[in-house]
Order: sequence, then structure tokens, then C-alpha cells
Amino acid sequence: MRRVYFDHSATTPVHPQVAEEMYRFLIDHNFGNPTSLHYFGRIAHQAVEEAREKVARAIGADPREIVFTSGGTESDNMAIHGIAYTNRDRGNHIITSAVEHHAVLNTVKALGKQGFTITILPVDQYGMVSVDDVANAITDKTILITIMHANNEVGTIMPIAEIGKLTRERGIIFHTDAVQSFGKIPVRVDELGVDLLSLSGHKIYGPKGIGALYIRKGTRWKQTLFHGGAQERLRRAGTENVPGIVGLGKAAELAVENMAAENEKLRALRDKLIREVTGRFKHVKLTGHPAIRLPNHASFCFEYIEGESMLLSLDMKGVAASSGSACTSGSLEPSHVLLAMGIPPEVAHGSIRLTLGRDNTEEDVDYFLEVMEPIVERLRSISPLSEETGYDDLDRCNGCRISHTCRA
Amino acid sequence: MYSEKVMDHFANPRNVGEIPDADGVGEVGNPVCGDIMKIYIKVKDDVITDIKFKTFGCGAAIATSSMITEMAKGKKLEEALKLSNRQVAEALDGLPPQKMHCSNLAADALHAAIADYRTKQRP
Repeated sequence: MRRVYFDHSATTPVHPQVAEEMYRFLIDHNFGNPTSLHYFGRIAHQAVEEAREKVARAIGADPREIVFTSGGTESDNMAIHGIAYTNRDRGNHIITSAVEHHAVLNTVKALGKQGFTITILPVDQYGMVSVDDVANAITDKTILITIMHANNEVGTIMPIAEIGKLTRERGIIFHTDAVQSFGKIPVRVDELGVDLLSLSGHKIYGPKGIGALYIRKGTRWKQTLFHGGAQERLRRAGTENVPGIVGLGKAAELAVENMAAENEKLRALRDKLIREVTGRFKHVKLTGHPAIRLPNHASFCFEYIEGESMLLSLDMKGVAASSGSACTSGSLEPSHVLLAMGIPPEVAHGSIRLTLGRDNTEEDVDYFLEVMEPIVERLRSISPLSEETGYDDLDRCNGCRISHTCRA
Repeated sequence: MYSEKVMDHFANPRNVGEIPDADGVGEVGNPVCGDIMKIYIKVKDDVITDIKFKTFGCGAAIATSSMITEMAKGKKLEEALKLSNRQVAEALDGLPPQKMHCSNLAADALHAAIADYRTKQRP
């Protein structure tokens, strides 16, 4: 069966050149512990520092400002928790947005239970945070603002540079989660005006289990979560994941090198996908910003059908996609991102996300469109909802009492 | 994550559709919660002679709806009322834990259809 992978925002295959580099650091004389003084240690140490330079170069930073972590989630936790506790003498207020990844949102919410005051900013219909809202939320107690660069569910790119300008004027520390944007669009720490930035390896054809946190020189930040050895200049304890770090370095280098050409190709495929899906199907909405979105990202809500049944049907035809649908995430809630954008829960249940990558072709897009048509037709023929019925049963609820949207 | 039986009933659901002159119609769930099931029955001499369903929901919701129609067809109303959501899940070789509550409503929909039929029978 033909297999089409349209879930690159979930994870990507490791680039062969990256895998090759990583393999070298598992074998021969290259397996050493970077902390060791001897020959084996020195080889590993040098590889780690070269990777650090590559990551720094990719975001316009100094290598000393890069700390390797286990991935995006750790980078977010480390950044937010570290800033909050290191700056508690200055204030206790943290600002974030309603559409952040759970790694940010749940970290901020946890701090909200530890004596910090939190503001969760709303977004507009495209999932965009308003710079004015950020400005208006700032108080003399604000110590940290954390807003993602690009949204993982709807692909919308946030006005980070404008917020960065604001936070610099007001002297507030600014963190951005750039896990989805890094490697896809230019991410330069000075242009964005950020003090901390999270990135991850496996979203950019690197391995899983590796990420980095950029911490601008002079930022009042301390490691507050991990206790242990003096690795990463006291910023991240634990023996370095040398093959992972080498892989991230190579992946970052390749991503920046290929970005322009890759973007052009992906943008064309994405635009075709959006044009054809919104043109061929009835009762379908593009989610996220129509223009200010990641070049590889298309996301939709199909009315009257549910996301998981679309994904299962697509999977049976060899197409891998994902959904903000409750049922796929293991929880019962529709996506917090779509709800924050004002999409009604019943429509949010019909969400689907298609994220393209370097191996995708126009034939993949055509194949998707070809198999999607009968899928939508079939699921709508099974559904009791339609244009005629609408969602007129909304006031009735079976009283599951499990979902937060349950009205019983 | 789903059993082969669930996938079979999802891919080839039995008894999909509506019965325009149904003797009873049962509807449970809510699209806000992500599931809605509608079951139509024809009844003769206290026996379910025909049954059809329409469902908005995930794979489990569609599969359980399909399964309940197979289990209920030809049954006496008294017996059909004894069918439980748990039995439907078992007949499908189980459901993932998080689906046991939200998408496993098919027996409730059938019971609602029978209740509707009985209400209509009263003079």
C-alpha cells in the first residue's frame, strides 16, 4: 500500500546524514564521556562543542548561550521554572497564551499553584496573540512572558519580534517555544528579541530525546529542576547525550542550509492542499491564519464528522495525519487551541492536521485528495448530523460528566 | 489501539441508515462531547424486526453502534433491554479504557429507542 506521511509536526524521520553522524559517536573511539580528561573524553567533548556551535549559528546566538536538554518539554520547563524561581525577589507575575503547547501551559499553571500569579492571554480567530493584549497584561510584578513562536496545531506564527521589542523596553524576560518554527522559518534570537528559546531535534529530521535551550547572556536564570553534576556549565546536570547532541547539531545545520529551497517546495504543496480541500469539500474550514502560518502546515475542521474517524479511515488508506480531536489525544476534550480560537466544541471535534515534510511530493497531495473524498462522504453518510440538522441537539447531553464541556 | 473487531465494524458498519417509518427512535450523546448516536427500530409482536443507526463520533462510537444493531436484531424487547454497554464492548473484544465511557453509549441509544416505542404505544 502507498504510504504518505503527513504528520511532520508530530515527528520527522532522521535525515540519513544525521543518522550517519550519530552512528559514528556510538562506536570506535568516539563513545567517550565528554567530562573525562582522557583521549576518549576529549573526542566526545569536541563533538559536543562543535554541535553547540552549529546550533548557535542556526539561531544567531553565541555557543555559550546554548544548553542541551532532553527535548522541547524539558527546555520549556527549565526556562519557565528557572526564570520564575530566580526572579521571585522581583515579582511573581507570568504571562502566557491560551494556545501554548502543554509543556508551557502546564508548567505555568503549576507555578500558579506555587504562589505565582498567571495571566493566560486569549487569541483571535486565527490563534494569534495580540501585542496590545500582551502590553496591557504587564504589571510591575511581571517577571516572565512566554509565548510560542508558531502554533503546533494550527500553524499560526505569532508576532514574536513585536512582543520582543515590547519586553525589551519594559525590561521583562521573554521566552519563546520555537519547537515548531525552528528549521522551518528563520529563527534569529536577536531579531526576535527573546531571552530564552526552546528547540527540539526530532521536529527537524534529528533524533528524539534531544533539544536545546537558548539562554541569552546576562539573563537572570538558574537551573532549578535538575540537581547533579556540573555538566553544561552547571546549567544541565547529567552525562551529555553525545550521539543526540551531534545529531541535533547536524540537523540544525542541514535545516538552515536547505530552508529556502525546502520552504518554496512545501509552501506550494501546502497551498495546493488548502486550495483543493477548501474547494472540493463542503462544510470545511481552514484553521489558523490563512497567510501567517508555517510553510508546511495545513489544518482544517470538517463539520458533521469526528476527527478520529477521519484519521482511522486515512490510516487504512496509508495516509498518516493527526487531529486536535479529543479522542486521539487520549483525553475527551477537543483541542484547547481550537476552543481558544472560538471554534465551537462540536466543530473542533472534526479537526485534522496535515503537516508536510521533505519527502512529500505533489503525488502525495493528489493521493490524499483522492482517498479523502470517499472518506468524508462515507463518514457523513453515517453521521446523523448534516447541513439540515445542524447541531440542534446541543442542549441535550447524556451526562457523561467526564468531559469539561459536559453540561450535566 | 483498537481490536480487529472494532476496526471491522468501523470499516464495514452493519445496518447504517434511517428507518423513515420507525416505531421507535433513540438518541444519546451530544456533539459537544464528540459523540451522538441515533437508533431506529421496527417492532412486531414485541420483537425488533429491523434496526438502523446513524452516528457522529470516533471509531469506537461507530463500531459500538454497528455492534448493538447486530446484537439487538431479532431480539424480544425484554431481552434487548438487558443488553448493556459493557456487553457491546465485550462483543467487540474490548475497547481502550478511555473509550469505555465516552463512546460506549450504543446500548443506551437502543434502550432510548425502545422507551420511545413504548411511549408511542400508549393510548
